[in-house]
Amino acid sequence: MTTVEQIRAGAARTRRWGWWYVAEERLRAMRGYSTSLIVTSFGNPLVYLFALGVGLATLVPAGIDGVTFLQFVAPALMMSTAVTVAAEESMYPVMMGFKWTKIFFGFHATPITPGQIVGGMVATVVIRVMATVAVFFGITVAFGATPVTTFVPMVVIATLTCLAVALPLIAYTATLTNDTGQLAMIQRFVIMPMFLFSATFFPLSQLPVYLQWIGWMSPLWHGSQTARVLSYGMDEPLWTSIAHIVVLGAFAVVGAIVAHRVFVRRLTV
Amino acid sequence: MSTPVIVANNVRKVFGDFVAVDDISFEVAPGESFGLLGPNGAGKSTTMKMVGAVSTRTSGELNILGLDPNTDGPAIRSRLGVVPQDDNLDNELRVRENLLAYGRFFGMSHKEVATRADELLEFAQLADRHDARVEPLSGGMKRRLTIARALMNNPKILLLDEPTTGLDPQARHILWDRLFRLKEQGTTLLLTTHYMDEAEQLCDRLIVVDKGRIMAEGSPADLIRTYSTREVVEVRYGSDKNAEVAPLISHLADRTEVLPDRILLYTDAGEATLARISELGHHPVTSLVRRSSLEDVFLRLTGRSLVE
Repeated sequence: MTTVEQIRAGAARTRRWGWWYVAEERLRAMRGYSTSLIVTSFGNPLVYLFALGVGLATLVPAGIDGVTFLQFVAPALMMSTAVTVAAEESMYPVMMGFKWTKIFFGFHATPITPGQIVGGMVATVVIRVMATVAVFFGITVAFGATPVTTFVPMVVIATLTCLAVALPLIAYTATLTNDTGQLAMIQRFVIMPMFLFSATFFPLSQLPVYLQWIGWMSPLWHGSQTARVLSYGMDEPLWTSIAHIVVLGAFAVVGAIVAHRVFVRRLTV
Repeated sequence: MSTPVIVANNVRKVFGDFVAVDDISFEVAPGESFGLLGPNGAGKSTTMKMVGAVSTRTSGELNILGLDPNTDGPAIRSRLGVVPQDDNLDNELRVRENLLAYGRFFGMSHKEVATRADELLEFAQLADRHDARVEPLSGGMKRRLTIARALMNNPKILLLDEPTTGLDPQARHILWDRLFRLKEQGTTLLLTTHYMDEAEQLCDRLIVVDKGRIMAEGSPADLIRTYSTREVVEVRYGSDKNAEVAPLISHLADRTEVLPDRILLYTDAGEATLARISELGHHPVTSLVRRSSLEDVFLRLTGRSLVE
């Protein structure tokens, strides 16, 4: 008879690496639509940077903030790409896991814990965001919009911005037992306004005061401002930069705590 | 007797005011095939989830492989194979990939999962479909794939929740054959079903569950012997006449049950009873003499049919 100690020891590897096994499963699933992922990863930045750099930039010949319009907009576009990918990978795959194919219940029938499923989903989002941002970065460098030396800090801030969006969305989606349009509403009324009102294309100060709160509450604005500091040295007090990081970290930590609780509640009935 | 792999003592599970599992106790020995037979909503799946260490019990004692599922869930699950009621396969992965990814959850190496997946695809008669998409597979194939997936970690106990519900008769028989092979290999099976023929085919021993409580326990043959007669005569007089005729022929049997569509007469000599019915001039529209089944046991114990 297998002893109790042997059984506990047998689960030790999963106890340590369970989150990665979940990520591995999700990445394996992504291979099924890898072509569209690759095409959008390259296509999106090319289209945006070409349209803005060659088109819209001609209307702003003086640039913004002491740099060209393309240099101003490129770091924010990179962060908004991180947010878009984070939202995409944090909503429908979670709905699928709980509702459509119920794969999370299958995962949880193994030594994998609810927390490790959250960890694996987050790791998958982060890997996809890092890959997408790396491609985006390469193209911005080719357009002369970002210095090549800022690669690592830009990927780090994109990852933090991604976590600040992904974790709350994973937590929210996990609370849904049915999608009766809530996810589409999030896309239209949270992600899209965030993109438009987070100083992606113009400084937040250009907006009327009564709309600026959208930017302050938006992880994308905090990510974009930090990315601008890192990319072309945007002038900003140190405490503001620290505040951006703290806000992004708070979104991520609160999201992680809530996501963990909701996953435990849904999977441990 | 060898140490039981599952021990449940007065286990209860309550959701708010609703008692899903009410004070049930049973033991399962290694290599035994043990069933929970009961209608939908009897508490079978909830019991299964507690044994599978994904649902915490409200009270009572539960011990799986020497461990408490409330505190050692992941360790217990590392030695279980679970075939849930709904196939929760990943439709985004191919057939073989489902096995590879699942095996990894148990900490198996890439090489180990590859070897095991190929063995199990043969066992599940799915080797020729290894690269197929999951979605278009038939219900029977998906079930076999789910069973193969549950066997990736070479489990000590295989939990099967309604394993053949929704399958056509041929697919059921193929599945029973596979499960029978596992039983022969010494795998402990714990299964829930509301099909009496399935319970009779696969279970060494079972408990009959209704409304969260155990109504009876024993081998299928013991239960039939204890709670029913050797044979049953089924006679039909038409739905509006069954209740009218029943009192006139009930003295010919040990016990009579009047169902909406037929009358059941419990007797040890079915043919002789049927002949007596005809002698009395109560010629049924259709008649049938059959041996008693677990369905009859359930009817006796609860006054209701298993499949409602």
